[in-house]
Amino acid sequence: MLPYITVLLLCQLAGEVLVRLSGWPLPGPVVGMVLLFTGLVIRGRVPAGLDLAVKAILSNFALLFIPASVGVMVHLKLIAEEALPIAAAVLGSTFATIVVAGRLMQALGGRHKPSQEETP
Amino acid sequence: MSGDLSSIWVYLSTSPLLGLTSTLIAYQAAMWLFEKGGRSPLLNPILVSVAIIVGFLMATGTEYRTYFDGAQFVHFLLGPATVALAVPLYNQMPILRRAWPAILLVIGVGAVMAGVSAVAVAWALGGSEKVLLSLASKSVTIPIAMGITERIGGIPSLTAVMVMLTGIFGAVCGGWILDLFRVKDQAARGLALGIASHGIGTVRALQMSETAGAFGGLAIGLTGLVTAVLVPLLVGLLR
Repeated sequence: MLPYITVLLLCQLAGEVLVRLSGWPLPGPVVGMVLLFTGLVIRGRVPAGLDLAVKAILSNFALLFIPASVGVMVHLKLIAEEALPIAAAVLGSTFATIVVAGRLMQALGGRHKPSQEETP
Repeated sequence: MSGDLSSIWVYLSTSPLLGLTSTLIAYQAAMWLFEKGGRSPLLNPILVSVAIIVGFLMATGTEYRTYFDGAQFVHFLLGPATVALAVPLYNQMPILRRAWPAILLVIGVGAVMAGVSAVAVAWALGGSEKVLLSLASKSVTIPIAMGITERIGGIPSLTAVMVMLTGIFGAVCGGWILDLFRVKDQAARGLALGIASHGIGTVRALQMSETAGAFGGLAIGLTGLVTAVLVPLLVGLLR
């Protein structure tokens, strides 16, 4: 598993270097993700050790977001001051995106069976 | 005795140990509550953990910067975790091969829609530039969203809050919205939830069906990628 954790870090490192060399407006880890994805496509399968390392990291995915989210305490005043634009933007835009993306994909695809497989 | 206790506190409050330990304890308590509450989206573990830690820090008068000195060891793992998302994306290859033109078009339209409509609504209601920049990537999974916001000069931790609110709203109301607009196709339902509400929406899609879950998972990485390319370009054009 350790060699594959090193692979993840190397992909991120390569991503950071590429972003800085090229001036692409992308976060380094996203470029690292594309590099790893390309590697997997070339290799044609996910090595068992990589699968283990990825499961270990992603199984507690939620934990990783906490330190940054706690930063909300620094912005409580800003959020209270702009509560209306923030709430309207989050609710309105999420509603609109679900409707547009859902309708569009249904119109384009339609080859998948309708909702019999849905469980209430 | 109280002299000893306060000198212990002085030591602890300056060491990274406390920030790191409190993060792990709060997370495990939140996960326990989440399971006990039947995995209700309202008991979102991130939301509960943050509430516990912010309460603790405020009660003890600890600054965020002091807390982050310890918590940064957890925060650092977001980078490798983003890279790791390549594996679930690769596992969706059969679906990708079959329907990639439609998927890419819908994700492109959806990602632009999510970012532009959020910024437009907040701008129309008088939101400040800091808030607008932090809202642009609100539909993207947190590690990518925070990277984008950092890149364009917004407040990453504010983005994290927006992303969480977006995810929770999509997970709680998404099924109802899709029913209201008669979106019955499982692929379309999953893709819509993944595009609009990233991982938290995808958890809800998985409860609908396996197809919906797979398409939601597919949308997380691709929406992040499309948004990571488009948002900095759009912001550059507007400046």
